[in-house]
Amino acid sequence: MRRIVTTILSTISIMVLLFSYHTSSSSATISASPMVQQPASSDPNPPSGSSKSGGSSTTRPSAAAKASPATSRATYTGQSADTQWGPVQVQLTVQGGKITRARAVQYPQGTNTDAQINGYALPLLDQEVVQKQSASIDTISGATVTSDGYLQSLQSAIDQAHL
Amino acid sequence: MSRKAWVQQIMGMPISIHLRGKDVDSPMVAHVVEDAFDLLREADRLFSTYRDDSEVSRIRRGELDPGHADPLVQQVVTLCRQAGELTKGAFTDQLPDDQGVLGFDPTGLVKGWAADRAASRLADLSGLTFCLNAGGDVVVGGTEPQPETAVDGESGQSNGGSGAAWRVGIEDPRDRSRVAQVVELHHGGVATSGTAARGAHLYDPNAQTFVDRGGSVTVVGPSLMWADVWATALFVGPKSLMLRFSEVAGDYRAISL
Repeated sequence: MRRIVTTILSTISIMVLLFSYHTSSSSATISASPMVQQPASSDPNPPSGSSKSGGSSTTRPSAAAKASPATSRATYTGQSADTQWGPVQVQLTVQGGKITRARAVQYPQGTNTDAQINGYALPLLDQEVVQKQSASIDTISGATVTSDGYLQSLQSAIDQAHL
Repeated sequence: MSRKAWVQQIMGMPISIHLRGKDVDSPMVAHVVEDAFDLLREADRLFSTYRDDSEVSRIRRGELDPGHADPLVQQVVTLCRQAGELTKGAFTDQLPDDQGVLGFDPTGLVKGWAADRAASRLADLSGLTFCLNAGGDVVVGGTEPQPETAVDGESGQSNGGSGAAWRVGIEDPRDRSRVAQVVELHHGGVATSGTAARGAHLYDPNAQTFVDRGGSVTVVGPSLMWADVWATALFVGPKSLMLRFSEVAGDYRAISL
């Protein structure tokens, strides 16, 4: 799972650099959205493994999770990328500090189902990640993030990928 | 080369520490990281305006003379005065409270100061590089591991061997899910001031009002504290301040978005 998260996370960075994000739902929209779409394999809670992180560090984020309901999330949508199969556009959802969902919102003609696109879009991007490993972003500088807003932030996804 | 992260909520914000190097899992490393977080907690205890018992709160209520405060508080008072002089008053430690009454509030400087202090503790770790992110302000440093055994066989997460800079994405203030620029650095701070995350909270002492405009200013340089002071000053100050900045802060550069 960790490997997958890392990979997808790197994918975000790649997409940030290569395609430059242009759309997203604002945080207001995010928290207002009652819909939680999650793949069965994802874990809505941050890992509790304080032993794993070597300190008490992960206990506080869980506390923050109480203040900010697990339904709050943020989506990051990359611009369309031209691939050898045609244009692909991927949307990632960050929830509880994790990327809980990656799905293609645009995919080549001739492919009919989301299942199919998800089946190959992510491996495809994975390949790009391997090729452009050095392009990944390590951290985000921006206007001050508060504890309340943390779990929906891209920084939290970066952190979670390395905890 | 492996990488490990720790996150704690201190001073009302997420603070994450990422380390890269060979022995990120050792107990000694965990100990030093905890020390770094302790330094940040100490700063919170002394300087928080949200804690009634902090020294800053006591100074604000007139119960404590700054001259009798903790040496760290006195150090910050001095730095605030210098910051005010350097930025021609665009930085101030006199901020209005909820009732609009001006009072001592060094918050704008303390975050960077405390993060730099924690970073200097992390710099004690040899063979490791670190990246500390305090609510969107970043300080990186550390010593690169020796490049002798550079083959990364276990994880496949090699990022090109030693010497890799930390890549800091600068958030687009108009679309916070987008990264507008990337800054690469091995040592130093990256601070961004803007209203995207918390609304109009940056105070312009000359106009005596909170600044309510979009955009952001990012400053990159050797010290996160000074980068942060300048980012705030350039965001709230007059355009002419950029000239002053280029004159007195030669090691620093600004990115206006």
